[in-house]
Amino acid sequence: MSAKKGKKGKKEKDQDLISFTINGQGVQARDGWTILETARQHGVQIPTLCFHPAVQPMGSCRLCVVEIQQNGRSRVAASCITPVQKDVEVLTHSEEVQNVRRWVLEMLLANCPASRQIRQLAKEHGVTSTRFKVEHPEDACARCGLCTRACDEVVGVRGISLGNRGIFKEVTAPYHQRSTVCIRCGTCLYVCPTGAMEQLFPQVSAP
Amino acid sequence: MERISNVTELEAWRENLRAALDPERPVVRVCLGPGCLAQGANKVSLAFQSAIKAKKVEASVQPLIKETGCHGFCSQGPLINLDPFDLFYVKVKPADVEEIVETTLAKGQTVERLLYSDNGSRYRSASEVPFYKMQQKVVLKNVGGIDPLKIEDALMAGAYRSLTKVLTSMTPEEVITTVEAAGLRGRGGAGFLTGRKWRFAVENARKNPGPVYVVGNGDEGDPGAFMDRTLMEGDPHAVLEGMAIGAYALGANQGYIYVRMEYPLAIQHLSIAIEQARALGLLGTNILDTGFNFDVQINRGAGAFVCGEETALIASLEGRVGEPIPRPPYPAEKGLRGRPTIINNVETWANVPLIIEKGADWYAGLGVPHSTGTKIFSLVGKLKNTGMIEVPMGITLGRIVEEIGGGVPGQDRFKAVQTGGPSGGCIPYELKDTPVDYDSLSKVGSIMGSGGMIVMDKRDCVVDVARYFLSFLEEESCGKCLPCRLGLKSMQEFLDKFAKGQGSPQDIDDLHSLARAIMKGSLCALGGTAPNPILTTVKYFKDEYLAHVVEHKCPSGVCRDLITYSINPELCNGCGLCVRNCPQECVSGEKKKPHTIDAGACIRCGQCMDVCPVDAVMVA
Repeated sequence: MSAKKGKKGKKEKDQDLISFTINGQGVQARDGWTILETARQHGVQIPTLCFHPAVQPMGSCRLCVVEIQQNGRSRVAASCITPVQKDVEVLTHSEEVQNVRRWVLEMLLANCPASRQIRQLAKEHGVTSTRFKVEHPEDACARCGLCTRACDEVVGVRGISLGNRGIFKEVTAPYHQRSTVCIRCGTCLYVCPTGAMEQLFPQVSAP
Repeated sequence: MERISNVTELEAWRENLRAALDPERPVVRVCLGPGCLAQGANKVSLAFQSAIKAKKVEASVQPLIKETGCHGFCSQGPLINLDPFDLFYVKVKPADVEEIVETTLAKGQTVERLLYSDNGSRYRSASEVPFYKMQQKVVLKNVGGIDPLKIEDALMAGAYRSLTKVLTSMTPEEVITTVEAAGLRGRGGAGFLTGRKWRFAVENARKNPGPVYVVGNGDEGDPGAFMDRTLMEGDPHAVLEGMAIGAYALGANQGYIYVRMEYPLAIQHLSIAIEQARALGLLGTNILDTGFNFDVQINRGAGAFVCGEETALIASLEGRVGEPIPRPPYPAEKGLRGRPTIINNVETWANVPLIIEKGADWYAGLGVPHSTGTKIFSLVGKLKNTGMIEVPMGITLGRIVEEIGGGVPGQDRFKAVQTGGPSGGCIPYELKDTPVDYDSLSKVGSIMGSGGMIVMDKRDCVVDVARYFLSFLEEESCGKCLPCRLGLKSMQEFLDKFAKGQGSPQDIDDLHSLARAIMKGSLCALGGTAPNPILTTVKYFKDEYLAHVVEHKCPSGVCRDLITYSINPELCNGCGLCVRNCPQECVSGEKKKPHTIDAGACIRCGQCMDVCPVDAVMVA
């Protein structure tokens, strides 16, 4: 590539940058980036649970929600799956956003009570107890599907998947049998954000 | 059936069919809509067939028995319309058929006792009945008139005329402009402008050449809603024609109709309609020699409410788990198989041929600005007249309930109306002058939704109603995102507490805050609208919530932990009906003397109250 061409290429790229603000601070992002990526690039903290840079984001846990203001309208969206947009104002800790996060964390405390990581995350957001019924004290899984996505996208095995639906959703292997295609690589154990896989692994993987 | 090779031939065929009709020949239209079928309408139809076979009718008046789609007035079924007498009979039993044949068909006289009567007046013709008089049947004009299993009937009623018009005299661009100018909005719930959606899809298809698709969403799943079902069963060709027109505008050659498995009749009628349209060459390759290719396939949903959400529907069509994905990208950009796809509700599709036929100006003249046209509703609940109605947009809620629905039997006012199904809001009587259009409904915290309308009276408890809708959605949540999966269950925990008289006023505010978090935080519209019944009932009926938690009372007498049944000794005549009906055998008393209820054994089922002829049973 000639020097001239390279310079032109850089200029074009600069024009392609998308400018907007996060918490009042001006930021720039490449087309196709998500709000979460841009925020982290600029040192803005947004909590996440089901996000991992190695796999496709799914927008399941909703802890990464942000408020997006544009033309006098406001909406709340998951920053991990929302592409950047020109001239919007993003608020990462507005009242509406915090309301979503606090409730999600309080519900998680009741639904994955065995997870030390969840308790820690909740505490960081000022949520230390839950008023909701704890039905399964041993449960630590948030059903965020990070393990299943990693197994599919990173390992390429699809040994485990999310089964059932709604409140019965679970991480399982096909037909509730222990997976025979699992290569026991431990990627799911590594990416699991709640520590639930330590319990689940022996149940879904055939020895 | 022979293939029709061009437009001229089609029109000639249509004219021949019409010319072959004998205007004098009596036609009996038996409603085989879901309501009438449940009340035995198929037996009525069979009785007519056998009466004719038994040669009880003279050849000169040999009637034509038409099994049609829904006539709408479900609470009076089975219904029949008789032409050319313009007679409308209600609650027809197979035993009545002989008399109808002998009196009406043979002699042209009226069977008075089968006429609809209300407040002392009898109505001969359906068009005079107040339930129908207030309506404006546009999309449903053929439903109940034609035999949906005969394409000839649909053709005589004008089907596929709009398709030939676009194929022969309009460019795709003109079709889109017309739909845009008509102001048609999606009938599935969200009310997005259909023309804009189409344009967006066309632009994306242009940028990114390749196959594109049209999809009809017939996955109607709201409890108490049967509009789409009625349309697909009663006039399937309207849906097919609309889709063909949309396909022409988009440049699509393949369409899919996604119908829930629980609608076997809709699937059957659509399948037959597709077969017949194919046989005539109105679907398939080189339609009417215009070079346009289009075919439709039916896909059956396997019983998930969330598959009515367009991204989940596409996932299901592709054979994946029916779970929504975040938008954007919208299906118009990246839909079925990653290609631009127009998904419209089947009712939206059925509006399209009308817009093409009568023009955008005519259509925009119906209804109100920003919500043009008519809307089909299923009107159910505590009403005198229940059924399926079509009204112009902008008519007030009160008029629908009181004038068409006839109000609540025995009560001077309704308590609330739930519009938009389980994801809609509960609108109180005080807001009865709210116009029923997309924007006005969302202003009062509800949604148009697909068109369910559930009317409640003073014996319906709002806490109980919210619990009911929530338990439906909780079961139907796909569980992909946390606020919906856990949130609906958590809101239910709050409501369960209230129904038991537990909790505090602070809990009501907390529930409101949680509802807001779920509304804002959920991934798709199921979670995003699920809190609507709670947000609206807390807003409009907060005193009732307070009565539960503070006074530990259910003012409507519904929540079982908070009520007691008793018998008013002054009214009780000791007839013993309650004693015989009580499943707990906890009512006692001497004959002809006031009875008493053993509150300890009572399970508060309310059977005694329902059967008491003198209204002596009280609940508090």
